[in-house]
Amino acid sequence: MIEVVRLSKHYGDTVAVDDLSFTVRPGIVTGFLGPNGAGKSTTMRMIMGLDRPTSGAATVNGRSLAEHRAPLREIGALLEARAIQPGRSARDHLLALAATTGISDRRVDEVLDLVGLHDVARRRAGAFSLGMGQRLGIASALLGDPRTIMLDEPVNGLDPDGILWIRNLLKSLAAEGRTVFVSSHLMSEMALTAEQLVVVARGRLIADVAVADFVRNAVGDRVRVRSPHATELLRVLSGPGVTITSTERGVLDVTGLTAEAIGERAFAAGLVLHELATEHASLEEAFMAMTKDLTDYSARKVAA
Amino acid sequence: MSTDTSTLAGSALPALSAPRVTTARVIRSEWIKLRSLRSTPITLVAALAVVIGLGVAAAAVVSSGGRAGPPGAQAVDPTDLSLSGVTLGQLIIGVLGVLVVTGEYTTGMIRATFSAVPTRLPVLWAKIVVFGGVVLAISLVSSLAAFLGGQAVLGTDGVTLGDSGVLRAVLGAAIYLTGIGLLGLALGAILRRTAGAIGALVGLILILPTMVGLLPDSWSGPLAKVLPSNAGGVFMAVDPGSALLAPWAGLAVFVTWFAGALVIAAVLLRRRDA
Repeated sequence: MIEVVRLSKHYGDTVAVDDLSFTVRPGIVTGFLGPNGAGKSTTMRMIMGLDRPTSGAATVNGRSLAEHRAPLREIGALLEARAIQPGRSARDHLLALAATTGISDRRVDEVLDLVGLHDVARRRAGAFSLGMGQRLGIASALLGDPRTIMLDEPVNGLDPDGILWIRNLLKSLAAEGRTVFVSSHLMSEMALTAEQLVVVARGRLIADVAVADFVRNAVGDRVRVRSPHATELLRVLSGPGVTITSTERGVLDVTGLTAEAIGERAFAAGLVLHELATEHASLEEAFMAMTKDLTDYSARKVAA
Repeated sequence: MSTDTSTLAGSALPALSAPRVTTARVIRSEWIKLRSLRSTPITLVAALAVVIGLGVAAAAVVSSGGRAGPPGAQAVDPTDLSLSGVTLGQLIIGVLGVLVVTGEYTTGMIRATFSAVPTRLPVLWAKIVVFGGVVLAISLVSSLAAFLGGQAVLGTDGVTLGDSGVLRAVLGAAIYLTGIGLLGLALGAILRRTAGAIGALVGLILILPTMVGLLPDSWSGPLAKVLPSNAGGVFMAVDPGSALLAPWAGLAVFVTWFAGALVIAAVLLRRRDA
């Protein structure tokens, strides 16, 4: 569990994080979504106690990280791809971190196997590819078998195999009851992994909702109906709060009614349907709709 | 909140005996860090070779050319002569001290370190213990070897450890080298950039003494006494002369320098964003 309460961070006149509050719950993957420069990384560094908040507080499993006796057991974080000294081997890097908390050498070899770095464990980490570096970072995060895992843009620079691997890893960690908090500026990535979303822009909270609700509220689901009786169907479905458009003959795009309701009404009126499909709006569309004003504002500010 | 203790790769929990951060464990971690970088042993061996090699070489030069020196000049003290490699050795040790800290900042490693030990200060104490301990051991070996080698080359002109002030000077050389190493470590923690910290170190121990020498005598006299290189230097000289501090007063001033720098480093380490 991560709790962020009225957290702010100012760098001189620049406000990186502005009165941000949210809670990340265990058992699900929570996405931390926002455009680049929205304050995601700064927030994560404050959660890790690396940056001092200007005001407010962040706690991990009920306490600030410095108050825990074994911080590595509480939270494992991947903040940057490279938080490693290039001259050291992957195994020595993990051994040094493990030693601080009395974590066994066996656990080090376990996480190296888990992330698939077993064969290169004794090689200089500086010679690693971006993807291997990312895997080593994730091995560090999992080292203490922590209750909470926090990853900043973990899929950056990974190949499709690696991305799929991370996705499955995050889901299985959450399924084990852990708190999983993952940032991304890629809406599509969040749509595939996260259940809950914390959306920020320009350091402020925009939304803290379930992914499904976020999409529905921001855009609304659309149902595509194809029928030889489109004209009759139009009459049957029309009503307050219902919008129907048609872009091709015999096809209606309906918002404001569920597919179930449309099917039942058509059946009651004895109308044949050839197609009835809910088209979920993408998270991308929802995000754009939600942050449009803010993005415009920041663009103007930069131009000025 | 219930805690799920299963892991992806089998249960690791039984292997974790009372997982918690202790200073002893952070010291072990720093020891792993120090020995797992290939540059550390190379640099330490270089320092060892320079202190011993230059000391013996200086003794050999004087021994072959006689001890007269320029007319009217005082004869060079045989102990000082055999410890002349310390001047260059201090730079190697000092730079290594800088790198012990800045190596973590410039690579981002420091964030991994502080994520494991968010109270931060144990990391600084552990670095002081591990690096200080290793450097003290290396310095003791090298200054003793330089002294013994140098005296062997000087033969009958040489002195022994039993002679007045000699043992203090030889041990003093080791303490001086260790102190400069810790000064480098502190400057690394304060400035966090390799180039800046090395510049500050070199400025403090090599350039500042020259600049102070350019000042009027009424200023340069008292100032020169308390510079780290001079204050530490008198403790490793058999006869420091009267222009500078007495040996033990010099040691006190020298310790104040690196201890003070370490205190500043500790305060900043706690306060700043990592």
